[in-house]
Amino acid sequence: MSTTFAEKVLASKAGLEQVVPGQIVEISPDTALSHDNAAPIYGIFRKIGVPRFAKPEIVAIVLDHATPAPTTKHAENHRIIREMVKEQGIQHFYDAGEGICHQVLVEKGLSLPGEVVLGSDSHSLHAGVMGAFGAGIGRSEMATVWATGALWLRVPQSMRITVSGRLPEGVTSKDLALRVIGDMGADGALYMSVEWHGEAIEALDLSSRATLPNLMAEMGAKNSYLPPDDKVFDYLDTGGRAQRSYTPLYPDPGAHYAVEVTYDASTIEPMVARPHTVDNVAPLSEVAGTHVDQAFIGTCTNGRLEDLAAAAGVLRGRKVAMGTRLIVIPASREVYLQAMAAGYLQVFVEAGGMVLSPGCGPCMGNHMGAPAVGEVAISTANRNFRGRMGTKESEVYLASPLVVAASAVAGEIVHPHELVDS
Amino acid sequence: MTIRGRVWKYGDSVNTDVIFPGKYTYTVSDPAEMAQYAMEDLDPRFAQEVRPGDIVVGGTNFGCGSSREQAVTCLKIAGVGAIIGKSFARIYYRNCINNALPAIISPEAVDAIRDGEEVEIDLEAGEIRCPAGAFTFPPLPQVAMEMIAAGGLIPHTRKRLGLE
Repeated sequence: MSTTFAEKVLASKAGLEQVVPGQIVEISPDTALSHDNAAPIYGIFRKIGVPRFAKPEIVAIVLDHATPAPTTKHAENHRIIREMVKEQGIQHFYDAGEGICHQVLVEKGLSLPGEVVLGSDSHSLHAGVMGAFGAGIGRSEMATVWATGALWLRVPQSMRITVSGRLPEGVTSKDLALRVIGDMGADGALYMSVEWHGEAIEALDLSSRATLPNLMAEMGAKNSYLPPDDKVFDYLDTGGRAQRSYTPLYPDPGAHYAVEVTYDASTIEPMVARPHTVDNVAPLSEVAGTHVDQAFIGTCTNGRLEDLAAAAGVLRGRKVAMGTRLIVIPASREVYLQAMAAGYLQVFVEAGGMVLSPGCGPCMGNHMGAPAVGEVAISTANRNFRGRMGTKESEVYLASPLVVAASAVAGEIVHPHELVDS
Repeated sequence: MTIRGRVWKYGDSVNTDVIFPGKYTYTVSDPAEMAQYAMEDLDPRFAQEVRPGDIVVGGTNFGCGSSREQAVTCLKIAGVGAIIGKSFARIYYRNCINNALPAIISPEAVDAIRDGEEVEIDLEAGEIRCPAGAFTFPPLPQVAMEMIAAGGLIPHTRKRLGLE
């Protein structure tokens, strides 16, 4: 029988010949990812009453949500995790400063083609950029994975998005993802496995591809998959990134999809998600001219080298507008070092921006740049819910790094093509 | 199992940031304090006035957003007996089941129920009784019923591991 990616990978992990959507299977993930929430999860784990992790080798922990710790309470949280890591003999531990968990998993070769990554973070779908099955789970579930090495999953229905053609210059994968989310709504792919196919997807570099599965969390998806190709294999082989051998999996021709949609990339234009939901999407032209107090370039969605390169291209030789602040946070230490070597960080600082250490930064309002009451922020992140960045009396727009950089220069929402130098 | 309480009705896509703001996720862990922030950015009256057994009713995609389990536990601790929605975000749905908080899908009931009404839910019979009438809903999956009966995923796991 022809199967989708999700059906294939879950059947293989469950040791079954085949599975069907709706079926509940028990599987053991190849990687079990947590971040700063590992401390409360450890509290739940101890309630279960087993002394040791069943499979410490599958556990990965990356401190990223509040790093470096902004308060004593956050610092205590990190301390508990470091003690637990020692106690349980966890090898894949990445302390504050290494980067955002989803990016670090990719860089460290722990999100691998054909594997299952379960993460106690809603953007764990990100692993799909490497051809893995990545899905978010809750804290009690992660505690159970730690204790037993396994968890139940319901086999999802699948959606196939095929994107033909090429994105126009100045239009990015962020615009494509926002367009799709705007069209289908925040529950457009509820419980589904979303597959991305087509020449426009193949043409993207890995950094731009990663934005797609990452954002599918905002459409309700369970996981999102891109077929791994030579770009993925070359990346993993370079410097021996892959932590183990892997077997890529692909959907069969003729597999059944609950939803199939096609897009022509050449028709996509720059898009912006308006406050206060990610599916409140409009073409950039509709919100152009909106004043911004703070522009933020970073996060697991758009904080990679290519994102910073695009932003630096806009900001080179320009200044951030009076009355607007620019915050730039590379997604990882690796990205930070590469951006430094390429001169991008110099560009940001010279333009008047603030470059901060790798991590999630102000994305969910923990620290490093909360907006004031009544302020407007534009961000490359994946979420703009009311109160997301700290106060519910602020507004957050989401856009591509190109648009956020240009908006920082103009002090209002604008596309770089429209930027007029005074 | 029968749940009876007063309804707190909200709209579509009630997200985890308004149920339990992200800024508290690493600073608030005391259960009583957690309950005090429930729905802070959606309905400031909620935390003060919610009573044990009360029922939250939402539209489509209830609980979308973060995987933070506090968005379920803060309601559970505040006394919420069940949530009825037109549909649920998938991690939120799992978190409900894993914390023995029944999450019930019934678009018809959601349309019929009004804010502040008394509603009764019979989990085994799969029936919601409200002033507008009775509505049936498909039974929860077997694994969900087992989890709720055990008191949540953690006691369920303990049982499976032979620890109780």
